Amino acid sequence: MRSAIRLATIIYAVLIYGFIFLPVVTLVLFSFQATSFPIPPFSGPSLRWYQAVLGDARLTSALLNSLAVAVISSAVATLLGFLAAWGFARFRLPASALMRGLITLPLTVSYLIIGMGLLVLFNSIGFPKSLTAAGIGHVVINLPLCFAILYSQMGEHQANIERAARDLGAKEWQVLTLVTAPMLWPALFASFFLSMTFSWDEFVISFLLTRFDTTLPVEIWNLLRSGLNPKTNAVGSLVFLVSIAFVLLFELVFFRKSRS
Amino acid sequence: MTQSANARGGAVPWVAVGPALLWTLAFFAAPFIAMALVSVTVKGGGFSLANYQQFFTDPSYYRALFNSLEVTAIVTVISILLAYPFAWILAEQIPERWQRLALILAILPFWTSYVVRSYSWLLVLAEKGVVNNTLVQLGLIAEPIQLANTRFATVTGFVHFFVMLLTLTIFANLKQLSPSYRKAAADLGAGPVRTFLHIILPLTLPGIMVGAFLTFVLATGDYITPQILGGNNELLMPQLIMLQIGRRGDFPLASALSILLMLVVTVAYLACARWLKIERA
Repeated sequence: MRSAIRLATIIYAVLIYGFIFLPVVTLVLFSFQATSFPIPPFSGPSLRWYQAVLGDARLTSALLNSLAVAVISSAVATLLGFLAAWGFARFRLPASALMRGLITLPLTVSYLIIGMGLLVLFNSIGFPKSLTAAGIGHVVINLPLCFAILYSQMGEHQANIERAARDLGAKEWQVLTLVTAPMLWPALFASFFLSMTFSWDEFVISFLLTRFDTTLPVEIWNLLRSGLNPKTNAVGSLVFLVSIAFVLLFELVFFRKSRS
Repeated sequence: MTQSANARGGAVPWVAVGPALLWTLAFFAAPFIAMALVSVTVKGGGFSLANYQQFFTDPSYYRALFNSLEVTAIVTVISILLAYPFAWILAEQIPERWQRLALILAILPFWTSYVVRSYSWLLVLAEKGVVNNTLVQLGLIAEPIQLANTRFATVTGFVHFFVMLLTLTIFANLKQLSPSYRKAAADLGAGPVRTFLHIILPLTLPGIMVGAFLTFVLATGDYITPQILGGNNELLMPQLIMLQIGRRGDFPLASALSILLMLVVTVAYLACARWLKIERA
């Protein structure tokens, strides 16, 4: 009986892992396809589709755009989230709960609606579709997340150290940059990298708010119009690789932190 | 907590919280107000409730919302049923030192982009794709069956994503449970089934609810998965919204539909609110 249960759990786990990895393995495998269709039988390995991707100026510039939008919007979201978390945690403000609720509210609204709203607003005030517009949208989706993470990490012992710094004559901005930020760096790092991964992968806001210069997910979407194509597999595999790199970096930093 | 926060500071706290508040007001609240205002006009005209009227009277419009809710309900139930045992296996059956690795592996594809993930499923489910090819090779079917461009494909794409998400939330919840609950239940004579039904399941309900709510918000608002995998055979709400912008440039109607979608999500949020509090640690 016990070994039957054990066997059942192993089979179940293998099936679920199989389901989870089936599309990813298919994607990566057929990115090495030698012929023009990413369907069985596998005819590789060949790197021709990776060459095609790297030789495609639209894709490489979209990749750089995506990285730029991700880095800048994540930095802004982390900075604003950090300042707000510190302000709410350290000072008693009127209607604090209401304001905190407002800042976290975008978490409950889908990206599509946030993008639609910005499209309508920008359209009515004549703000052009651009990477900046998409970046503004990415800060909107990531700010609540950064705020929630950083606010949850503003502990009491840090407040005491801040108080000590103030007693020793530090100005508020010195307390923030020299005392609070260094103490919270793992949370700051977490906020920044989570924002990076969300911005990097985000499609619908960029789709609605950019026109000619666009981000990688939108450019991949444009590729999809030509149907199944190993080139899309290749660029998809590269995107996946970058996402994994973000996650592993994140893991390494936190693993080290939780051990020390 | 906040009780010990110092009240002094003058302008300093406002300088700190101001930028985030202003950003949220300017780029989240204002767009929403703009959308609400535009939704009660008609394209190129003045005030009108025609957009809302159209939604409630034209079956092809409200059908999209029903489709969205139906697909989301199916996806949520299947994902919970698949993820719960999986999270339990990861939390209880795998040795402690391998758990982290097993979990990271289980949610690795979670980090691929929406577009790439949906495209990958298209590869798997295509007419001559991996699934059809394998079934034909095994002699289980004579001709490839249509898997892509169906509701089945949309549900599969969604379930794939939400199984990973729910595994994460349920796993976190299971790990928080103290083993003494189980011991106490056993000491009091409860078998594994009763322990599960009366102790473990109620205590992991918050994890399930958080996951189910995220599933609801993300699935009802996702355009990519139904568009790439489901095609245009049946429209879900986000597809209907995007259709108004893409082909017709009808911002008022798109705004009205977005607001209706948001109202539905808000109702769900209020229903789940007690499980979803964001607390300071």
